[in-house]
Amino acid sequence: MRSGVTIFPGSNCDRDIIVALKEISGKTPIKMWHKDTEFPNLDLIVIPGGFSFGDYLRCGALAARSPIIKNIKNHISRGGAVLGICNGFQILIEAGILPGSLIRNEKLLFTCRKTILEIQDSMISPFLSGLKKGQYLNIPVAHNEGNFFASETLLNELKNEGRIAFKYVKEANTDDDYNPNGSCNDIAGILSKNGKVLGMMPHPERAIYNLHGGTDGLKFLSKTFEKLIG
Amino acid sequence: MMKTLNEDLYNINENEYLAQQESTLEDALEMGLTEDEFNLICTKIKKKPNKTELGIFSAMFSEHCSYKSSKKWLKTLPTKANHVIQGPGENAGVIDIGNDLAAVFKIESHNHPSFIEPYQGAATGVGGILRDVFTMGARPIALLNALRFGSPTQPLTKHLVSGVVKGIGGYGNCIGIPTVGGETNFNQSYDGNILVNAMAVGLANKHRIFYSAATGSGNPVIYVGAKTGRDGIHGATMASTEFTENSSEKRPTVQVGDPFTGKLLLEACLELMSTDAVLSIQDMGAAGLTSSSVEMASKGSLGMHLNLDLVPTREEKMTSYEIMLSESQERMLMILKPGSEEKAKMIFDKWDLDFAVIGEVTKTGRLILDKDGFEACNIPINPLVEDAPEYDRPYKIIQNKKIIKPNELNINETISEILTKMFKNPNIASKRWIWEQYDSSVMGDTISSNSKSDAAIVKIHGTESTKSLGKGIAMTTDCTPRYVKSDPINGGMQAVCEAARNIAASGAKPMAITNNLNFGNPEKLNIMGEIVGSIKGISKAASFLNTPIVSGNVSLYNETNGKGILPTPVIGMVGVIDEVENCLEINAQDDNTLIVLGQSKNLIEGWIGCSVYQEITNNKIDTAPPPVYLENEKKIIDILLKLNNKKLLTAAHDISDGGLLTTTCEMLFKNNLGLSINLPKSLFKCDSKDPTLHSWCFGEDQGRIIVATDKIDDVESFLEDGNIDYFILGKTNSSNNLNLNDKTIISINDIKELNDQTLPSLMGE
Repeated sequence: MRSGVTIFPGSNCDRDIIVALKEISGKTPIKMWHKDTEFPNLDLIVIPGGFSFGDYLRCGALAARSPIIKNIKNHISRGGAVLGICNGFQILIEAGILPGSLIRNEKLLFTCRKTILEIQDSMISPFLSGLKKGQYLNIPVAHNEGNFFASETLLNELKNEGRIAFKYVKEANTDDDYNPNGSCNDIAGILSKNGKVLGMMPHPERAIYNLHGGTDGLKFLSKTFEKLIG
Repeated sequence: MMKTLNEDLYNINENEYLAQQESTLEDALEMGLTEDEFNLICTKIKKKPNKTELGIFSAMFSEHCSYKSSKKWLKTLPTKANHVIQGPGENAGVIDIGNDLAAVFKIESHNHPSFIEPYQGAATGVGGILRDVFTMGARPIALLNALRFGSPTQPLTKHLVSGVVKGIGGYGNCIGIPTVGGETNFNQSYDGNILVNAMAVGLANKHRIFYSAATGSGNPVIYVGAKTGRDGIHGATMASTEFTENSSEKRPTVQVGDPFTGKLLLEACLELMSTDAVLSIQDMGAAGLTSSSVEMASKGSLGMHLNLDLVPTREEKMTSYEIMLSESQERMLMILKPGSEEKAKMIFDKWDLDFAVIGEVTKTGRLILDKDGFEACNIPINPLVEDAPEYDRPYKIIQNKKIIKPNELNINETISEILTKMFKNPNIASKRWIWEQYDSSVMGDTISSNSKSDAAIVKIHGTESTKSLGKGIAMTTDCTPRYVKSDPINGGMQAVCEAARNIAASGAKPMAITNNLNFGNPEKLNIMGEIVGSIKGISKAASFLNTPIVSGNVSLYNETNGKGILPTPVIGMVGVIDEVENCLEINAQDDNTLIVLGQSKNLIEGWIGCSVYQEITNNKIDTAPPPVYLENEKKIIDILLKLNNKKLLTAAHDISDGGLLTTTCEMLFKNNLGLSINLPKSLFKCDSKDPTLHSWCFGEDQGRIIVATDKIDDVESFLEDGNIDYFILGKTNSSNNLNLNDKTIISINDIKELNDQTLPSLMGE
């Protein structure tokens, strides 16, 4: 699999996802600096987490105007897969690639914690192909603006088209505040119309070793990898 | 030829003209200098300084930069060991951790600014300590912070906690360095002076450490990073005085942080440092361009000639005085190898940062500054550093020797009621509300953070092998201020020992210390006694445990209207674990035996003097703290590491605030366990209000760690062989009840709920 990881000024999870992808594929993804516009054809582009351009104006708003966005759009129109994690999800929304918006967490506080994601009854997507509906993944979040907000119409559309990839769910026997940010319908990640673009707030690259507290992130990324290399 | 003033008044702005005028004693006093210090300056530079020159002196002579009250005693700290690469005196301390790698770390206070403006004060504290670490060529891998706030019921406390926590998170989360540990405590002595101490740990190639001493006359001096503005002017001087009611007027002296620029500066500097262009580098922290240029020149026994017109500024018509005293953040000063300027500039251009050659290194031994075509400053460098005052302030070490016996306390509460009070106390209860606001897992290397183990553990990227994820660095910060207040020497020793126990209880070997000495006004006899006493205690324990002090910071004058804080010498300790798989959590498993290492089977009466127990039952801490026996401490740490290396332990937790029972509860929470405690026979029949039973449960005798094991026979044989005192506390079960002697049965779940809820409800959730 040929993969690339975009780097904007202020990206800070680029190294982490590169480590994770290398762990899975044995190959180091290429680094894609935001001002560059010449890249080889890739199977997967990952837009990592961080605070691109310091989150100034709005999270992801400035990055969404970077030269590299055109390359990403071309890649998508060629049927390429794109994974936006955390700030990457925010950038995909600001660039108009995914719908809805990500607003400040309900409690108005940054939150870094474990969450449990439930795979939804979704459309066919390389990101979910190896996972079953109802399956749980333990993957942590760390963000200030991860509260997915959308109109009733859009929420219905996402549901009917099978574009809701994961929802936050409650751990058995706990009353914990399972939804970390107050997002509509507990949505943690959504897909593009063709299923090839996934935006998600949780960080799979932070759940790749047992010592991270679990390897569900590795499982998720591995399945994606297997699907993309066919 | 330099023009002289008056020759051409048309080209100089009026304020610059004023800055270049001769100063008076009144100016000096206003800048926080004493009359003696002013006279000394005039003698040493053989003239009356102009205002810019005086400003430079006042910053360099401030307590914050000169350590004038503490230097005499700081020199007595143990700073050497085979594994020390760089001790105090550089931007950060450096130790050898094997694999050709070095751990680079330091702790620094941002107390005064954080009280005035909590968000920015705390954020720039984090930014500043990170720069100290990456200036040495290290990539920061973890942040910790030691926080002290006033009484939880005081209205201002909530505002300060909320602002400081947001500020720490705001900087650390954005720059992408995980905040993995630290401590937060509340006490009314901090009502008017909170403490915000930030610690950063970085990783470097031990052969590629960068230092600050200037080299090579004629070499270019480079300014990089953010532009200079009028923020933080005279911040170092502000941080060296007491507060009064009007301290909020000092808000303009607080700097404003920009973690985004900090991140760019971090990446640009590390990229440049991977080439051979950088000869020396210094962060512009307290006292900005003044301290960075003076320290670099002084350490290299050289001079510096700078043209301040070339300094990138954010505002127009800034004067030489303002440029030299500004504490704008995210700036660095570097000396480059001649000819490498172009290559260096390209890197900074890529990261959209300013890069300016502003002068050169000289042989003159003088600091010469040009501004608007005039010479704004021409002073010898030596007096700024060498002649900075060093005071031998009078002191009196007051050691409280009053011992209190359990039956002297007037107790009318049951064990269960006391335990409830313990976990309703925000000093004991979970700090989750705070640490969830910090990104603790960015960089993907965090193995244990916050409450999971006694010390945080971050794995060392690049040391992986086929059988292990690699080495790890363990980190903690510790101090028990009430002990230090009652007995500064004992309190200093205790802080070091508790830190070492915490490192060991996480499975790592204690290695070295960075300390942050926070005190009140050193001109007072007893406060100077607290400083001297705690340094003596720290020295004694650090020498004994071979954990030298390699960096640190002193914050004095933490007083408001003459009322000082509890003495708070915070110990930041770093340790190493060879295989991170061996790290120990505090959480016991079901069917484990809990053993108290370091507790004699004959211990019946616990030490309640100066304990949290005494504080919550009597509202007093007027007694001697528990004694510290260094040999015992070392023995416990060594045996724990030995047992862990034999893979005989499942969990470990140091006994500190709140004593044995409090610590035990914390080990049972996570896995919803219960425990029947195997009480000493003489306590078994005690009533639940019995003072001796209380002292056994809540006493704070030192040198104890509870370990959990599923191989009790093997563990016991090692303990017997090592002649270690130990007490078998009991076996965990799934009942979720703590059963003391069948008369007291406490629901762990209820206590856990209190533990979780105390801080959120305090913060109004």
